[in-house]
Amino acid sequence: MKDQNPHKTTVSKLVLATLGMFLFGFLLVPLYDVFCDITGLNGKVSNTAYVEKEGFTIDPNRKVTVQFLTNTNANMNWLFEAEARSIQVHPGELTRVSFSVVNPSLKRMTAQAVPSVSPSEGAEYLLKTQCFCFEQQELNPGASQQMTLLFRVDPQLPDHISTLTLAYTLFDISSTRPVSSIAERPGTYSGFPAATDSLFTSQSLLISHAQTLRLAGGY
Amino acid sequence: MNDMTQPELMHGHHGPARGITRWIYTTNHKDIGTLYLWFSFAMFLIGGCMALVIRSELFQPGLQLVQPEFFNQMTTMHGLIMVFGAVMPAFVGLANWMIPLMVGAPDMALPRMNNLSFWILPFAFAMLLSTLLMEGGGPNFGWTFYAPLSTTYAPPSVTFFIFSVHMMGISSIMGAINVIATILNMRAPGMTMMKMPLFVWTWLITAFLLIAVMPVLAGVITMMLMDIHFGTSFFDAGGGGDPVLFQHLFWFFGHPEVYIMILPAFGIISHIVPTFSRKRLFGYASMVYATASIALLSFVVWAHHMFTVGLPLAGELFFMYSTMLIAVPTGVKVFNWISTMFRGAISFETPMLFAIGFIVLFTIGGFSGLMLAISPADFQYHDTYFVVAHFHYVLVPGAVFSIIAGAYYWLPKWTGHMYDERLGQWHFWLSMVGVNLTFFPMHFIGLAGMPRRIPDYALQFADFNMIASIGGFLFGFSQLLFLYIVIKCVKGGQKAEDKPWEGAEGLEWQVASPAPYHTFAQPPRID
Ligand code: HEM
Ligand SMILES: [Cu+2]
Repeated sequence: MKDQNPHKTTVSKLVLATLGMFLFGFLLVPLYDVFCDITGLNGKVSNTAYVEKEGFTIDPNRKVTVQFLTNTNANMNWLFEAEARSIQVHPGELTRVSFSVVNPSLKRMTAQAVPSVSPSEGAEYLLKTQCFCFEQQELNPGASQQMTLLFRVDPQLPDHISTLTLAYTLFDISSTRPVSSIAERPGTYSGFPAATDSLFTSQSLLISHAQTLRLAGGY
Repeated sequence: MNDMTQPELMHGHHGPARGITRWIYTTNHKDIGTLYLWFSFAMFLIGGCMALVIRSELFQPGLQLVQPEFFNQMTTMHGLIMVFGAVMPAFVGLANWMIPLMVGAPDMALPRMNNLSFWILPFAFAMLLSTLLMEGGGPNFGWTFYAPLSTTYAPPSVTFFIFSVHMMGISSIMGAINVIATILNMRAPGMTMMKMPLFVWTWLITAFLLIAVMPVLAGVITMMLMDIHFGTSFFDAGGGGDPVLFQHLFWFFGHPEVYIMILPAFGIISHIVPTFSRKRLFGYASMVYATASIALLSFVVWAHHMFTVGLPLAGELFFMYSTMLIAVPTGVKVFNWISTMFRGAISFETPMLFAIGFIVLFTIGGFSGLMLAISPADFQYHDTYFVVAHFHYVLVPGAVFSIIAGAYYWLPKWTGHMYDERLGQWHFWLSMVGVNLTFFPMHFIGLAGMPRRIPDYALQFADFNMIASIGGFLFGFSQLLFLYIVIKCVKGGQKAEDKPWEGAEGLEWQVASPAPYHTFAQPPRID
């Protein structure tokens, strides 16, 4: 008791540990993202364009179905559609799909599309060389716009996957600060979430896509 | 840090100051323990009233008494107050009273910080409760405050909620630091780690859990605050964040938190069972190791609360098996308590009754936990009353019974009087019947599919809900009897001996009853 030093060292260690765990909590945010990125869990897909490496051999003997889902988040009133719900591609072949958006409201709005791929195992094999989801869309009242997606399916796609579903959710981000790129905004991190909310995430992974569509309101 | 313990030394051996200032300025571990315990009891009653609002509304199907919005505020506040206001402070109160007595220390290591960590709490909870009167009402997003319910869709009062949780967290962390410093540095000479009483051991481990996870909770609510006010998007998918991340962070805190609420209970039960069995505790060392392994495992099971968010198969399996693994050390403990009782000369005073009630009912809660841990089954059980039944079995006849048992066990030491044994027995049996009437039927309605946190329900659940509501009122009002018994015991009663229980062991029974204001100024020798 006379010697106060043991308390001093114990307490300073514990205070350090506390601060360390506080920081660790924040560190978990990028860690979570890196983890999902590496493993492709949660359907997360890269938010940067795929840089083409040459030498993709197109595999003419294999066909992969790619489905497109277009959802809008709770308070988003834009009309958002893909030109095709589902297409068939050969692995390796560069494909262009066009999406359209209409801003039916009376104000200028900014939107951000957030992609997600199911099954999550296939996420890393969907290579997007160009995507409207890498940017934000700004539309005047009543205006519409065509948006392009350019992608390939990696020929390495495991054999048991014959269908890939690419789901986009469109968010209204007009009220958040005007910023050039989503990746630069504080508190955000590279990579995109699977879907608008956890309920939806679980559903989209659990049940067939057709059902997901119905649950999400369809189009 | 230096001056923190000095005033105590200079006080020497006179008694407490008089009047209210005694309680405001006190740095005495016994005073602070008492404050914590009364505060916790007050919160228990307030949270209990909210539970009775919930049970009244659920007495019959249909909406009778309260609006759904208010119902949600009641479930949220009930959970928050019981977890952070009733159970945790009660254990801290017991730690304050008993740890210095059990390790032969004159006080806690940092008495002034001790005072501060208590006095933060009334302000934190006053702030939390005041949100109920604010525009838009209090928190209504469940005690787990999942984003975006607690961010995008939260009532404006959420900021006050965040600040009050911050204050509770700071209080718990300071309490934990104090406990660790006391235990590590102030044990009487000769008390090696493996001679420490189990309540001390379990609290030491709990304190480390607190240090590890309360800061993570603080981080989560800070992120919420930033999402709400500073335009970040930690949990907002529109800005690149992820609501599922919230759940991971929350449960990384949340699962160890449930063990924070049960490990000290294990300690208390490990004192009471040997005392009233008049035998030594069976398997002391295995108890210590079991506690430590439960604490370690508790960091790798959090996603069993998230089986349905869309985890990959490997995740489902990992969290399923790791969760089931926890049942092993838990089983070791139950086995040890039962072996302690085996062939003992058992007597059934109130503390022992509550301890036995604990063992039986906590085990039921453990079993329902195992059922929930089976991931495919959990898809059915998740967010139903089955989960409500599970966690109430581990928390009410678990944590709360152990606190009550501890209170009866040490009341003679605290007050110098014996409590009224006859009333104590009544209290036990009323609580026992009440608790089971309330929570057992919830297993059935949960399995039948009644969702939790809903003010109305389908007709087929009506009978069991009515039973649960009746049980809830019975249990709630029985606790008023407890209040009466405690007050009666404080005021007077049969004089307690220094060691009122024949089979009791430990340093706390070597000091007089009631325990003098200052004890162990000279450390006792232990051999
Ligand atoms: C054998 C030990 C245990 C196992 C296997 C277990 C397992 C589980 C599982 C799988 C869930 C999630 C259920 C769901 O949401 O679908 C759960 C919920 C819960 N458990 Fe346990 N548990 C155990 C012990 C405990 C203990 C000792 C406590 C506290 C003292 C506790 C408190 C809770 C709470 C509060 C919840 C609900 C949280 C919420 O969603 O509000 N459990 N448990
Ligand atoms: Cu858990």
